Amino acid sequence: MTIFIFILQFILVVLAAPLVSGFIAKVKNNIRMRRGSPVLQPYYNIIKLFRKDETISESSSWIFRVAPVIVLSSALTALSLVPAFIKDSPAVYAGDFLAILFILSAGRFFLSLAGLDTGSSFGGMGSSREMFISSLAEPCVCLAVFSVALLSGSTNVEALGISSLPKISVLFACFSLFTVILAETSRIPVDNQETHLELTMIHEAMVLEYSGKSLAILETAAHVKQLVWLGILAHIIFPSAAGVSAGAGAVITAVLVYLLKIAGLALVIALIEISMAKMRLFRVMDYFGFSIVLGVLAVIGALMGI
Amino acid sequence: MNYFILDHLSFIVDPLSLFFLAVIFVVSIPAFIYSPGYLKGHVSGGKTVLLHALTAVFIASMAAVVTSADVIAFLIAWEIMSLVSFFLVVFDHEQSASVSAGVMYIIMTHIGTAFLIAAFTIMYVHGHSFKFGELTAACASMPQNLRDLVFVFLFIGFGTKAGVVPLHIWLPYAHPQAPSHISSIMSGVMIKTAVYGMIRFIVFMLGPASSWWAVVILVFASVSCLAGIIYALMEHDIKKLLAYSSVENMGIILLGLGASMLFYSMGMSAMAVFALSAALYHIINHAVFKGLLFMGAGAVYNAAGTRNMEKMGGLVKNMPVTAVLFLCGAMAISALPPFNGFVSEWLMLQSFFGGAYQIQAGGYKLFLGLCAAVLALTGGLAAACFVKAFGIVFLAKPRSRQAEQAREAHYSMLIAMGILAALALFLGAGASVVIKYIIPIAGYSFGADTAGITSGMAGWSLNLSAGRPGFASPALIGLMLIALSAVVSAVYFFAGKTGKRSYRTWDCGYYNLTSRNEYTATAFSKPFRVAFGFFLFPYRRTQKIREAFYHLTSFKYETLTTPVFKKYFYDPLLRVFLGTAGAMRRIQPGSIHLYIGYIFFTVILLILFMRAF
Repeated sequence: MTIFIFILQFILVVLAAPLVSGFIAKVKNNIRMRRGSPVLQPYYNIIKLFRKDETISESSSWIFRVAPVIVLSSALTALSLVPAFIKDSPAVYAGDFLAILFILSAGRFFLSLAGLDTGSSFGGMGSSREMFISSLAEPCVCLAVFSVALLSGSTNVEALGISSLPKISVLFACFSLFTVILAETSRIPVDNQETHLELTMIHEAMVLEYSGKSLAILETAAHVKQLVWLGILAHIIFPSAAGVSAGAGAVITAVLVYLLKIAGLALVIALIEISMAKMRLFRVMDYFGFSIVLGVLAVIGALMGI
Repeated sequence: MNYFILDHLSFIVDPLSLFFLAVIFVVSIPAFIYSPGYLKGHVSGGKTVLLHALTAVFIASMAAVVTSADVIAFLIAWEIMSLVSFFLVVFDHEQSASVSAGVMYIIMTHIGTAFLIAAFTIMYVHGHSFKFGELTAACASMPQNLRDLVFVFLFIGFGTKAGVVPLHIWLPYAHPQAPSHISSIMSGVMIKTAVYGMIRFIVFMLGPASSWWAVVILVFASVSCLAGIIYALMEHDIKKLLAYSSVENMGIILLGLGASMLFYSMGMSAMAVFALSAALYHIINHAVFKGLLFMGAGAVYNAAGTRNMEKMGGLVKNMPVTAVLFLCGAMAISALPPFNGFVSEWLMLQSFFGGAYQIQAGGYKLFLGLCAAVLALTGGLAAACFVKAFGIVFLAKPRSRQAEQAREAHYSMLIAMGILAALALFLGAGASVVIKYIIPIAGYSFGADTAGITSGMAGWSLNLSAGRPGFASPALIGLMLIALSAVVSAVYFFAGKTGKRSYRTWDCGYYNLTSRNEYTATAFSKPFRVAFGFFLFPYRRTQKIREAFYHLTSFKYETLTTPVFKKYFYDPLLRVFLGTAGAMRRIQPGSIHLYIGYIFFTVILLILFMRAF
């Protein structure tokens, strides 16, 4: 019985994933004094793309066709391991935080291959940059989670949410994780989702050759992946999931708190996106250097117990 | 009469030897299956027989290395292994690259052996025995400074064979020069015998009492990881790329070994067992996927006639099976679930996390955290490296005529690679079963009882039973991936419009794209070359070819990186050696009269010497 509750939770969270992107876009537009597209625009985009024909490059192989499916299924698998609003999920036995990292990297691996597959130099450039940025992000994530795990004693995602009282080390770790999230979700200052200027895009360059349903699947995957990261961060900052048997009232409260947490993080992302410019690619090293320093500080803080 | 040698040829099979025997045969048997297809049409009949004989001796010598129970037997087997592998490296002796690689290999390996002999001599002088059992007992009473010395000698000796940076210099030259199935045995198995040596002599005999040994190993391992994978990223010779990646993977294995020694010296025997199991797991994993990748590289080399990745591309269309199998290897080495690389990297990170949680000293916690970060960075770079390897070799359009006309590999090669790919999947998805066989071996090395550990583990999920454990179940993750992929595919096929058309890749409205427009291996690694410029010192070589001063016919452009260790460590050393040899030559000018004079004076000196004393 409980397993169905978790499957229901999973489906609800997946359905809500594109909403986060819509919300961020809306906030950004409103701050820029524009009306902007509706919050539901990401859903409209997906539906629109499903109604379109698909064009596939002649020089591509089966990798190009398979990649969207693997990218989305790996993002979905990762999302199923992230606690949302009900706790004690049986999914913790399938994978911990480190497993989530490896699962997401499976999707990235295939997306990068797909970028190379069409023979377009944009795709290759996107793949190269994506792998570059994600490999530099790995040690930052590792250190941040290491410091949190030193306090919680476990890499279990549910157990990582420990900070009933905010500790300095956890704050540093979350800040470090947040910088990584900006990079992993192709946000300013690392990447820019809005641009289609060939030389600056990273994620968009990899998916440049995609169209129709495949593109819809890839866009969904990007939304889901974004929610994976935000969900983890929200859970570490403020764990609020309710137990299965806590009753309807507690669960509804937990859902509302979950939505508020994600909306709060989305708001911060939106504010950062409108107030910063995109960095040059090779400034990314400094960016992650900063992030690593934060991670080391977080570990030192965790050692001192603060 | 005392038959000195025969006395010492004693062999024993204990759990540790058994594990390494398994590693040896897991790669060697597919390598034998692979060889007929690979050698067909390349090597004449007589040479094939010679190659098979050498390979057999090579495998037997490795088996002897891991089963010997006596230092003399160990050294003999070790030396046979080194010599036979030298002959295998120079097998294609028509190529000058083979000969120079072989010479570098044999010099380096003998420097290593010299250190080993020195270490064993110290142990013998102290323990008065060559037998492992008696030596182990004698080492317990060895004074600390002597133990430290023995450790350093053993680490240098085995480190040379393992390709630890900066002693790795021979590895990326020697491994690629051998025939591909031999490369897979050398990279997959032979360098693992060095880890066997470290476990057997350092962990087992000396007992890792001092924590600084572990710190030394961890530091060198971290450097090996990063340097290995960064060099691999820069490489566009497919087999050399794989060889550098072996340096990286040996680093990962040694990270596990070092961590386990650190935990043991701190009295955390359960964590020590976990870290060593992670290392052992990575040993067999690396054997499997590196064997697979080298065989795949061999298939590609046969088909495209070159090892240069920039001349390949598009092979997925003509070599579909090889492509799938190589992709399995690439996914495994990039630690993607549900393949086996994921399991050992997860275990490794997990034992760093768990060990750091339990260890008391704060400095070690931070140190372990940094090691874990290095491991994470290495993992990320390895994924990038193998996206490049697979993407440039197999995807997009062919970059040369030969790549365009490539044909699928011989079925014997495909069977061999298929076996290894299946093993990679089994060792990944079946990890929760396999780990129960590996943990007792690690426990045996430390003399720790592991019955409690294995029985407490979840049946279908990996976990370290420390604190609130994190779990990972590759099988379950695999099933979830498959189930969700099925759902997504169903949606893709049955929802919305199904119209599809094939068209050119977008070319910005210019003429049709050719393979010249594609991203190359060099271009792919450009960001990494810039980011790690402080270590690689990249430089450009440009050459203008002119007919007349104002008429440029072509422009050559090359990007190169500086081999730091060779330029700043080995070359000066070599200059000193050659300089000394040059100076020595002055007393050896080739005149027979002078030599007779030398003999005369030596005799006189000896007579005086005998008189005086």
